[in-house]
Amino acid sequence: MNVLKMTDIKKSFGSNEVLKGVSLTVDEGEVVSIIGSSGGGKSTLLRCATLLETIDDGTITYMGDDVTYKNEKGKLCYSKDLKKFKKVFGLVFQNFNLFPHFSVLKNVCDAPVSVLGRDKKEVREECLELLDKMGLGDKAKAYPCELSGGQQQRVSIVRALAMKPDILFFDEPTSALDPELTGEVLKVIKSLAEEKMTMVIVTHEMAFARAVSDRVIFIDNGVIVEEGTPQEVFGNTKNERTRQFLQNYNN
Amino acid sequence: MTLTTMIQKMSEGLGNTCSIFFLTLLIALPLGVVFALLRMSKNIVISKLTQFIVSVLRGTPLMLQLLAVTYGPFYLFGWGISRNKLIPVVIAFSINYAAYFSEIYRGGIESISVGQYEAAAILGYSKAQTFVKIILPQVIRRILPSVTNEIVTLVKDTSIAFAVSYQEMFTIGKQIANSQASFMPFIVAGVFYYIFNAAVGFVMGRAEKAMSYYKQ
Repeated sequence: MNVLKMTDIKKSFGSNEVLKGVSLTVDEGEVVSIIGSSGGGKSTLLRCATLLETIDDGTITYMGDDVTYKNEKGKLCYSKDLKKFKKVFGLVFQNFNLFPHFSVLKNVCDAPVSVLGRDKKEVREECLELLDKMGLGDKAKAYPCELSGGQQQRVSIVRALAMKPDILFFDEPTSALDPELTGEVLKVIKSLAEEKMTMVIVTHEMAFARAVSDRVIFIDNGVIVEEGTPQEVFGNTKNERTRQFLQNYNN
Repeated sequence: MTLTTMIQKMSEGLGNTCSIFFLTLLIALPLGVVFALLRMSKNIVISKLTQFIVSVLRGTPLMLQLLAVTYGPFYLFGWGISRNKLIPVVIAFSINYAAYFSEIYRGGIESISVGQYEAAAILGYSKAQTFVKIILPQVIRRILPSVTNEIVTLVKDTSIAFAVSYQEMFTIGKQIANSQASFMPFIVAGVFYYIFNAAVGFVMGRAEKAMSYYKQ
């Protein structure tokens, strides 16, 4: 079953057309990496998928339900019940965006309790277990400012997981981290892939994308230029622009 | 008149001084949030109108506003002038201070990064939850020093109530000074205000310390 289906997404900021008709389908348990140079539209696509930006044209469907529809005048509208869709996905930001005034435990527990209305004690136990699994068991009482960047990013992954999303988006999750800390975050994402978590990852870590993804998408200038298995995209690159882009990483 | 009687008489006005102070804070602090939210409204008419009102409140003397609130209804509608002067005093002070607080709040709210709103939106927090749970606590932490500044000013501004002869400490002091032809009451008033503000400084310092459990 398709967890996410985006078709022919168009998005402009003023006169700058950032997405020129991009389609993306993600199946359950699939890990999709999106690569491409900065300004190519990767992050915007993710922000449209997570409803942080509104699309100009196209359709978005989660678990078979339409997020967008055309009204009788043909104008694109968003579903009135966006809350329902927000339960389906989670997003891990490049710069974490943890809540600085909440402890680590509160950062991860608060939304399941006050948004989903779940039992406080049950959520707490679950979150402590998740933190433990991510190697953050001793940091539950700490505040984000007391953690390293890598630890903060792992907390933000736990925060997203605590909502039990059907699909998890990562927007350049390691771009704000030094190489040493990058490794620990990638390890966590890899372990989620092994557990068959459905994920869409925008990343500049090519070796990681190659190792972890079922499918790799290269976006350039607002369109999908190349798409395929990691072997196809990295090993047997068809498109000249993709080859050019990947060459910069091989050097 | 001995210094002791002077201090005693002026102390009787301290209760009224405190009434102005605490009632003004009680009303102005939340009213400032309302002003700030109206000022940041997406509706341009509401936003511009609030901006204008706030600019008038900040751009004209508090004493003038106090006189307008106290005597304005009489001149405009022929209404009787309120006997209990505390009511117009608190109304004028609250509105004036709410205007100042609203600008402090607005600065604080706008200093919170977009990422905080986005993280809350992704997690499904409602707008109200986002504001109350995520944004406001961080704003309070950031604006506390500026708010302290305003509160210190408010302590001293309570003396402006003498303009409508409300019997607060300074008004009584001024009356004694006139009748006794002495400067002493003003010195006593100065000491009173200084002690009052030392207490304010202590309490707000404690509050700031309590909130600094995390780095911004």
